[in-house]
Amino acid sequence: MTFALRTLAFRLLQAAGVALVVGVMSFLMMRAMPGDMAFRIAAARYGYDLASADLAEAVRTELNLDAGPLVLFGQWMADLARLDLGRSMVSGLPVWEEIAHQLGASLQLAAVALGLSLLIGPPLGIYAGLRAGGRFDRALLVAAAALRAVPQFLLGLVLIVVLAVQLRLLPAAGHGDISHLVLPALTLALGLAAASARIARDAMAAFAASPAHAFACTKGLSDGQVLLHHGLRAIAAPLLTYLGLQFVLLAEGVVVVETIFGWPGIGHALIHAVFHRDVPMVQGTALVMGLSFVLLNTLIDLAVRRIDPREVRA
Amino acid sequence: MTTRHLGFGLLGALVALALIGPLIEPLGPFKQTLLRALAGPDALAWFGYDHLGRSMFARLSQALRLSLTIAFAATATAAALGIFLGALASWRGGWLDRGLSLLADSVLALPALLMVLMMGVILPSTPLAFWAGLAAVQWIEFFRLTRSVARSQLASPAVEAARLQGFGPVWVFRRILWPEIGPMLRTATAFGVANAIAAIAALGFVSVGMRAPTPELGLMMVELLPSWREAPFALLQPVAACFALLLSLNLIAGGRE
Repeated sequence: MTFALRTLAFRLLQAAGVALVVGVMSFLMMRAMPGDMAFRIAAARYGYDLASADLAEAVRTELNLDAGPLVLFGQWMADLARLDLGRSMVSGLPVWEEIAHQLGASLQLAAVALGLSLLIGPPLGIYAGLRAGGRFDRALLVAAAALRAVPQFLLGLVLIVVLAVQLRLLPAAGHGDISHLVLPALTLALGLAAASARIARDAMAAFAASPAHAFACTKGLSDGQVLLHHGLRAIAAPLLTYLGLQFVLLAEGVVVVETIFGWPGIGHALIHAVFHRDVPMVQGTALVMGLSFVLLNTLIDLAVRRIDPREVRA
Repeated sequence: MTTRHLGFGLLGALVALALIGPLIEPLGPFKQTLLRALAGPDALAWFGYDHLGRSMFARLSQALRLSLTIAFAATATAAALGIFLGALASWRGGWLDRGLSLLADSVLALPALLMVLMMGVILPSTPLAFWAGLAAVQWIEFFRLTRSVARSQLASPAVEAARLQGFGPVWVFRRILWPEIGPMLRTATAFGVANAIAAIAALGFVSVGMRAPTPELGLMMVELLPSWREAPFALLQPVAACFALLLSLNLIAGGRE
C-alpha cells in the first residue's frame, strides 16, 4: 500500500513539474511573439477583421496587460492551474476541444504501433535469449543496433519510397482507411521493436542462466511450460519498465511520423501550431504529451509491482 | 574494441569532410547553375548538382558542418551543466537535490523535439534554438550519471578524509569524482551527439527546422525527394551522410552496459 502511495505522490509531483516547465516555456513563447499582445488577443477573440484599436484597448484594461511581467506570469500560471488553456489563435476553438479531437487519432496510431512492436520485438528477443551467443542472437544484435541508428523519419522515407512509390502496395499518406495506418504504424513499430527485442533478449538470457530456470527444468517441465509459467513473468517486469521510458521516444516519433504521413493527430497539430505561432495550442499539445507520459508510467509502475511484488531496494 | 575504432575512423572522415570540404571546393553552397540541375558529377561539382543546380558536394559538406557544430555544442553544454548540477545536488543534498531531481524527471517526460520546437518560438535564430532546446533536454542524462556516482563517492572514507584535511569541493571533484565520471562520459556523449544530429535532421525533414536555402541534411532530403527518380544518387547522399554519422556515433558509444 505504501508503495502505491509513494508512487502516486512521486508521479503527482512529476505531473506538476511537467505543467510548470510547459507553462514557463509557453509564457516565454507568448512574450517573444512580435507585435502588441492586446491586439493579438483581440484578434483571436473577435476575428482579425473585427479587431480594432478600441477592442485591443478594452482587452488591455480587462486583462491588466500593462501590469509587470511577474503579475502576468502569475495570471498565466493560474489559468494553467485551472486547466484553462484558452482558445487556439488559428481556429478560434477552445484548445481542449481541438486536442480531444486529435488525441484519438494519435492514440490509435500509437497503440497500433506499440502492439505491432510487441508482436515483432519480444518474440525475437526471447528466441535469441534462449540461445544466447548463438548465430541468431548475434545477427539480431547487429540488426537491432543498425535499426537503432536509423532515425524514424529516415525509416519512414525508406518505407514510402519502397512500399508506396516503387511497389505501390500502400498509400503513402492520408487518413480514414485501415491501409493508411500501416506505413506510419510500421515506421514507429520497427524502432520500438529493435529496442524491446534487445531488452527481452537480455532478460531472457539472464533468466535462462538463473537457478530458477535450472530448477524448473529439473522438475521435468517442458521448454514451453518453463517459458510460459516462469520465463514470461521474469521478462515482463524489465520490459514494461523499459517500455515506460520508451513512451517519450514514441511521442517524439509520433510528432515526426504524423507530419510525414499526414496523420491528423496531436503531433501533426503541434507542428502546425509551431508553424503558425499558435502558442495556446503548443502549450496544450505539450501539456497533453507530458502528462500522458506521466500517466502511462504511473500505470506501468503499478503493473510492474503486481508482476514482481518483491521489495525493491531502498 | 575494433568496432569503436571503426566508429572513430568513420566520424573522423566525416568531420574532415565538414572541415575541409567548404575550403577546397570552388562553387559554394548557393551558386546556381540551372542548366546542370540534377546532373551527375563534373570537374566543378564533385558529387553532382541538386534540383536547383547547386553543388551537392558544397551543400553536403556545409550541412555536415552545421549539424556537427550544433550537436557538439549542445552536448558539450549539456555535459558541463549536467555534471555541475549533479555534483552540486549530491554535495549539498536536501531540498536542492530533491528539487533538481524533480526538475530532471519533469523534463524527461517531454520529448526533445518538443523542447526544440518551443525554443524555436522563443529564440530568434534557429541554430540557437536547436542548441538551447537540445541542451535543455540532454543535461538530464549527465546529471543522473554524475549524481549516482557522486552520491556513493561522497559518502566514502576518502572524501571524509579529504574534507577533514581541509580540501575544498573543487579538489574533491577533480581528484575523486572526475576519475570515476570521466570514463562513463564517452557513451553518454556519443548518444547525445547522435540524438542531436537525428533531431536536427528530423525537424529539417518536416520543415520546421533550418530554413530553405541553408544546407541541412534533413532539408536536403525533403528537397530532393520529389526528383529521386531522375537523380537517385542526389537523394542518396544526404541519407547516406546522415546514416554514416549516426552509425559512427553508435559504434563509438558501444553496447549499453
